[in-house]
Amino acid sequence: MADESYPEGLLYHPEHDWAKVDGETATFGVTWYAQDQLGEVVFFDPPDVGSQVSAGAAYAEVESVKAVSDVFAPMSGEVTEVNEALKDTPEKINDDPYGEGWMVRVRLSDPSEADSLMDVNAYKESLGS
Amino acid sequence: MSRYTSATDADRREMLDAIGVGSVEELFRDIPENVRQREPIALPDGMAEQDVYDHLRRLAARNRHADDEVTFAGGGMYDHYVPALIDSILQRSEFLTPYTPYQPEISQGGLQSMFEFQTAIAELTGLPVANASMYEGPSSVASAGYLAKLENGRHRVVVSRGVHPNSRETLSTYAVGWGTEVVEVPLDDRGATDLRALADAVDDDTSAVFLQQPNFLGTVEDLGPLAEAAKRTGALLVCSVDPLTLGILKPPGEFGVDVAVGEGQSLGNRLDFGGPSFGFFAAQERYIRRMPGRIAGETVDVDGKRGFVLTLQTREQHIRREKATSNICTAQALNALAGVIYLSWLGKRGIVELGELMLRRTAYAREALGAELVNPGPVVREFAIRLPDLDAVCERARAEGINPGHRLKYYYPEYADCLLVAITERRTRRDIDRLAAVVQSVREGVSV
Amino acid sequence: MRPQATGHGPQDVVTIFEKSREGRRAFVCPELDVPETPVAELLPEGLLRESPAELPEISEPEIVRHYNVLSKKNFDLDTGFYPLGSCTMKHNPKLNERVAALPGFSRLHPLQEPRWAQGALELMWRLQQQLSEVAGLPHVSLQPSAGSHGELAGLLLTRAYHEDRGESRHKVLTPDTAHGTNPATVTMAGFEVVKVGTAPDGGVDLDDLREKADGDTACLMLTNPNTLGLFDRNIEEIAQIVHDAGATLYYDGANLNAVMGVSRPGDMGFDIVHFNLHKTFTQPHGGGGPGAGPIAVSERIEPFLPRPQVVRRDQGSNGHSEPFFDLDFERPKSIGRLRGYQGNFGVFVRSYAYICSVGGDGLKDVSETAVLNANYLRARLAEDGIAEYLPIAFDRLCMHEFVLSGRGARDQLGIKTLDIAKRLLDHKVHPPTVYFPLLVDEALMIEPTETETKERLDGFADAIREILEEAKEDPEIARNAPYTTPVRRLDEALAAKRPVVRQATGHRPQATDR
Repeated sequence: MADESYPEGLLYHPEHDWAKVDGETATFGVTWYAQDQLGEVVFFDPPDVGSQVSAGAAYAEVESVKAVSDVFAPMSGEVTEVNEALKDTPEKINDDPYGEGWMVRVRLSDPSEADSLMDVNAYKESLGS
Repeated sequence: MSRYTSATDADRREMLDAIGVGSVEELFRDIPENVRQREPIALPDGMAEQDVYDHLRRLAARNRHADDEVTFAGGGMYDHYVPALIDSILQRSEFLTPYTPYQPEISQGGLQSMFEFQTAIAELTGLPVANASMYEGPSSVASAGYLAKLENGRHRVVVSRGVHPNSRETLSTYAVGWGTEVVEVPLDDRGATDLRALADAVDDDTSAVFLQQPNFLGTVEDLGPLAEAAKRTGALLVCSVDPLTLGILKPPGEFGVDVAVGEGQSLGNRLDFGGPSFGFFAAQERYIRRMPGRIAGETVDVDGKRGFVLTLQTREQHIRREKATSNICTAQALNALAGVIYLSWLGKRGIVELGELMLRRTAYAREALGAELVNPGPVVREFAIRLPDLDAVCERARAEGINPGHRLKYYYPEYADCLLVAITERRTRRDIDRLAAVVQSVREGVSV
Repeated sequence: MRPQATGHGPQDVVTIFEKSREGRRAFVCPELDVPETPVAELLPEGLLRESPAELPEISEPEIVRHYNVLSKKNFDLDTGFYPLGSCTMKHNPKLNERVAALPGFSRLHPLQEPRWAQGALELMWRLQQQLSEVAGLPHVSLQPSAGSHGELAGLLLTRAYHEDRGESRHKVLTPDTAHGTNPATVTMAGFEVVKVGTAPDGGVDLDDLREKADGDTACLMLTNPNTLGLFDRNIEEIAQIVHDAGATLYYDGANLNAVMGVSRPGDMGFDIVHFNLHKTFTQPHGGGGPGAGPIAVSERIEPFLPRPQVVRRDQGSNGHSEPFFDLDFERPKSIGRLRGYQGNFGVFVRSYAYICSVGGDGLKDVSETAVLNANYLRARLAEDGIAEYLPIAFDRLCMHEFVLSGRGARDQLGIKTLDIAKRLLDHKVHPPTVYFPLLVDEALMIEPTETETKERLDGFADAIREILEEAKEDPEIARNAPYTTPVRRLDEALAAKRPVVRQATGHRPQATDR
């Protein structure tokens, strides 16, 4: 399991999801806090490539042995890529939640949605409470 | 002190002291006066064990059971021989009295038996994954419908009239909750599912198609063409199968069936006036995370020792709650244990031999009875005949200590004058000849 | 000193399939006494099985050994204490098995005509009367096969009741302490789950209930006492709120062991009640079933009961000179069937025998003793040396079960409820229910039942104290427990990630391999 961390340069959603925005596209995943709450991830059920995701809505589920959690989209758009490696090694979500544990890549429909997300400090503060 | 409790007056005093109340009555002080029971429970007082036993024995004596008569009754449950080793194993406290294996370290016996049961069902049905049991046949059929609904969200199911009437009715009852329309497809004039009608009934909004093999009349359905018609629009194909015929019949997995379910009573379980028995549920790999019920999986412990646990629990009600694949909690573990013991006792060759025996005796019986065949095509262990003097045959048979079979009139008005005759390995040639003699005597209008 | 793992039994875990040897057999086929017609003449080729199912080839002595050895790896109720909350692990009377095995019951075909099944039908009818009395509701169906099956029946009955009145309601309310089967059943029955909150005293939050119970509410599903082991003092008001909203009130009978002869669900205002015969009424659990979940309903729900119903037709009707017990299929408003035949009859025999044995007076004693035992154990576990680590979730009198929180142990000793549970295994008791209800942090739900002696309860309290003291010295011991069981902690993540759900056999490629 990874050490607790919340990288700079990512945007954060209150349901413990992160977004890495790159112009018109973004990558989504879950934060260290989310994977820590879940325990060892055993299954990730990705959405289909080409499907739509909507900011604040659940787009996938992630399972540990004893729990299921919805994964929420920080921003809206169309799924262009899913992390196929998570099928065989879902534990990457625990070991490297911001790197190899990435979940989907999305073509953003409204990049301005980034404004409603938290930066790393705001997110860390929200955890403290 | 009542039977089975041990709190003496002395115990009670000590316990009440420790709790800090003066009487047992005080322990119930949270219960508002208005809902307190004012009168004692209006049931007779407790009885000595021997009196209970006598009472039950007298009730049991007023039933005519399968040792009192030669029975040809079938219709989903059958008078098969249950070998003695099943009783001796099932009566072991370690199998009879524990709870569901939530603490796997002390439940390896139960979990390994489940794993073995799942393997046996997978082998029989030719499908890769099976769960650790359902309640019984008809509700398993309905559960398969729920899986299909979760899978494709469509609004209609198509079911053959050859599927057990109880299964069809249970499916309809469950379907009310799903808002699903149930469409029935008739049987043809040979007592098999009408292929044309099935093909016409399956449309783009069909969630699942249900068949039974052999069907309720005992007809061995021609599953190839039926399966093709059923799956044309992407519906799930569910087949309810008789497990004991799978020694000789091609298994549902080889016909592209998505889900195989069925009644497990014929596998080492007693008749018990209809229950408890068990249902089984097997499916193609892709449905594993949608399956209902417990599933035992293999793993290792911290010392690297092989072991078994309940797995994929995130499907189940205790974790996924309102999004669970089913609400099932307690199932039929002990009965499934009887099932896997029975299948091990029969063995790889035995189930084939048994199947062939039933097949041949059934062929013999069909001929010996000399009656009009409702389903003249292939049958394995059960068939339907039309008898103009059915009432007289039944009466004569009963007088001779024979239960001639199940009268179809209640569930199949179109077969009102027909009899469903089941042949198991316990029905000898002599038994069959006796039944044939009864039929003959009524036909000829003479008394035997 | 760190315990050494001992384990017991054979070190190699071998399934029965792996013991298979070609040519061995247990079954001897009866002799063929009819013509040996070739199979190919009786079945078309396309329907014949080509490759046989790879069932084991094994002798009877080896089957018996295999399952006997397996059985010894199970901890069971006949062996030791089993305080699983909400499971009511009370003694299974041995008379049950003797009567259930009577051939008049066990060898009776389900389709036997009623006139030749009078004993069985009378037993069912009498059991219905018994359960009706306990519930305080007039009509009973024995058909459902388990508690959750009874719940499904209850919600389908509710739906039928509302539709019969020309109403279409979509929501079912469940408390957030509800057993998982409740919301799962709600979805299966086609309703939407609405959660109702729990008040600080552990009962239903009345304000929240008032807000949520409206014209779109079909039903409120409750257990009383609830899964915290607490009797909801406001039950009358809850019933009022629900009935004023036009909804039905459903009783999950999992906790009935607390109130028999003391308070009847019918009197509390419930419309539909399910019983768990494998909990309150001593059907052995069998490692996961069989059970039965009969339901009792009020007059207004009766028309919708499943079909068939067991009825008694009185003398003189139908040409009978004595009362005649029958299966009544003429039920035009029935929701239909939930399963085949009449239900788990073998289970009815056992429960009926139990109720006859203890009697009406005995049932009250059962509940009183269950509540006494639970409160006594609660008091023992509230002593110093335990209470600071396992504080009780709701500090009031409990009924037949109570919930502790392991948060004290976690924060002060560094051991979680899971670790305590695993260490209890080394003390040869079954742990309580853990991590349920979800409302309580590190929950331990403890239900001793009435069949335990005071010494057993003391022994359990002592074991808990010992585990906590041991953890003060060395928390690693509990964290790595158990040591003396046939296997130690198992890798559940591996089992979920790469499910292997069957033994690989012979030549067939195994589709579950990843």
